[in-house]
Amino acid sequence: MPTDESADLIELTREVCRRELAPRVDAAEAAGEMPREIFRTLGRSGLLSLPYDEELGGGGVPYEVYLQVVEEIASVWMSVAVGVSVHALTCFPTVTAGTPAQQESLLRDMLSGELLGAYCLSEREAGSDIASMRTRAVEHEGGFSIRGTKAWISHAGHADYYTSFVRTDDLGGKGLSCFVVPADAAGLTVATPERKMGLACDPVAEVTFDDVHVDADRLVGERGQGMQLALAALDAGRLGIAAAATGLAQAALDLAVRYAGERQQFGRSIGGFQGLGFMLADMEAAVSSARSSYLFAARLKDAGRPFSKQAAVAKLMATDNAMKVTTDAVQVLGGAGYTADFPAERFMRDAKVTQIFEGTNQIQRLVISRHLLNH
Amino acid sequence: MNIVVCVKYVPDAQGDRTFKDDNTTDREGVDGLLSELDEYAVEAALKLKESGEGEVTVVTVGPEAAADAVKKSLQMGADKGVHVCDDAIHGSDAAATSLLLAEAIKKSGEYDLVLAGLASTDGTMSVVPAMLAERLGLPQVTQVSTLEVEGGTVKGRRDSDVASDTIEASLPALVSVTDQINEPRYPSFKGIMAAKKKPVETWSLADLGVDAERVGLAGSWTKVTSFAKRPPREKGEIVTDEGDGGTKLAEYLAAQKFV
Ligand SMILES: Cc1cc2nc3c(=O)[nH]c(=O)nc-3n(C[C@H](O)[C@H](O)[C@H](O)COP(=O)(O)OP(=O)(O)OC[C@H]3O[C@@H](n4cnc5c(N)ncnc54)[C@H](O)[C@@H]3O)c2cc1C
Repeated sequence: MPTDESADLIELTREVCRRELAPRVDAAEAAGEMPREIFRTLGRSGLLSLPYDEELGGGGVPYEVYLQVVEEIASVWMSVAVGVSVHALTCFPTVTAGTPAQQESLLRDMLSGELLGAYCLSEREAGSDIASMRTRAVEHEGGFSIRGTKAWISHAGHADYYTSFVRTDDLGGKGLSCFVVPADAAGLTVATPERKMGLACDPVAEVTFDDVHVDADRLVGERGQGMQLALAALDAGRLGIAAAATGLAQAALDLAVRYAGERQQFGRSIGGFQGLGFMLADMEAAVSSARSSYLFAARLKDAGRPFSKQAAVAKLMATDNAMKVTTDAVQVLGGAGYTADFPAERFMRDAKVTQIFEGTNQIQRLVISRHLLNH
Repeated sequence: MNIVVCVKYVPDAQGDRTFKDDNTTDREGVDGLLSELDEYAVEAALKLKESGEGEVTVVTVGPEAAADAVKKSLQMGADKGVHVCDDAIHGSDAAATSLLLAEAIKKSGEYDLVLAGLASTDGTMSVVPAMLAERLGLPQVTQVSTLEVEGGTVKGRRDSDVASDTIEASLPALVSVTDQINEPRYPSFKGIMAAKKKPVETWSLADLGVDAERVGLAGSWTKVTSFAKRPPREKGEIVTDEGDGGTKLAEYLAAQKFV
């Protein structure tokens, strides 16, 4: 921790997790309920706006520290940690490209802790290939009219605003623009949530824009700058996912270690068998190296150096490691691990999606190789 | 309105709590924190401050690490802190502690209201607020679950199993509050940053002009002569249902006079 205040911040996060999240996570995940009130509690403590400048209403915390907060939350409740990371993502375009007037009129509320955002980038036919998106904004007097359907939108139906990327011009990747659309805009509707494998408390649904009018002052950044903003937001957002995956893996490891120490077979605790002890050692190595890789990328970012390649490496490493560690945790718990009486199976289901969203891990490899080959 | 809140630093109830050779609570070997029951008093003070104006001062008596209890209160929003810290204080009982609190509160300046929690989560005696009121010559309104200040009076409701009393006193007064009174806030990150710049005074016995013989193990009127761990809970009786489970359960409950 770089300062005493960062250590106090982690302490505060642990306290909120222990008192507010831990007692609720199992029941809420089983019921698949979006814990909107938890986000308000986090927001009031300033935990929803940590990485952005104080002048803008954020916490002014280095990424290195913010990500450790995300990791702490994920070690108790993955859906909530992902929500915190997604919210940060939704603020990014206005933070980096918003005009001073927009930073006053839009961003203050977004960073106030009371609001929760959603990030509308993907479409059914435009997942990894974002530039092929078809949702379109047509300019008319006083603003734009948006038409189309976004898919896989986290917090859909619960968000207070939608940071949306849509086509304004037929120029491929150069024809996209970013708008902050209020949730109560006429014509904006949310479909029934997807039935997913995991992350039950993160509702994901299609969002349809049926001639939704947005005022011109809700266009964030230049017209045509959308793709660039979306990708820059994802560079930073990926680190949030890497940190969350690390926290999830740590929780799985802690559970496996506890169980291996208690469970007796053949007259001794199963952790005493080398076959299992070495598995736990590999899990520890996987968690530690994931943490190192996201912290390394964060330090580059905090120092103002290029970090895009390292963010992709961290996302790839941390999420692949989380998949492996959570799968192995189920193995360590044996039959118990396969039941819903222990959280190991939930950890494993929650881990899978981290390899898919905010750029699949194939796309991370694409990003890394392009950096290496200067493409 | 100037409000003083008494807060205590206690061993974390989630850890292993132990005693030292002199039968005092071990405060060094374990993690400590602001007594959770005192958070309600801090919250009550902050609410009063927010509804009017004034200043909230937190006072603690305790070892060096007790500064954490002051810090946490400042992070929640209190304005300044006082920490009474002196090696000679070690082992002080409730009466001696109330003397130190009283002297510290007098030294800290003008006050209208002194707030305290229901009890500390380690000692759980609940007597310090009453003793403190006596020493300060204040009316005491203890263990209330509501609190209102209007004009020069303070009003609170004390709930018991059989009745609820509404108690009123003129200011300045001492009030201790229960865990029913409010929902204490968490510090915010802004509060953490702001707390760094808030003034904290650390006073020794000499600063307070208190004679070392009146406090500590030697100056305390009560002594802990021995302690014992609570016996582990005995295994419950298991009723095996062989068609007569209901009857057996009813018999058990009747034998224990539950029904
Ligand atoms: C729970 C959840 C939450 C989500 N939240 C959001 C959200 O809030 N906002 C949002 O905008 N989106 C969100 N998404 C969408 C997510 O980002 C996309 O699912 C992801 O980008 C992949 O797109 P796709 O599903 O269309 O897969 P596709 O792009 O169709 O990919 C299918 C497979 O092909 C592979 N592939 C594709 N292209 C290549 C290539 N060039 N080289 C090699 N392999 C390739 C992929 O790696 C993958 O294995 C979410 C998804 C999920 C599951």
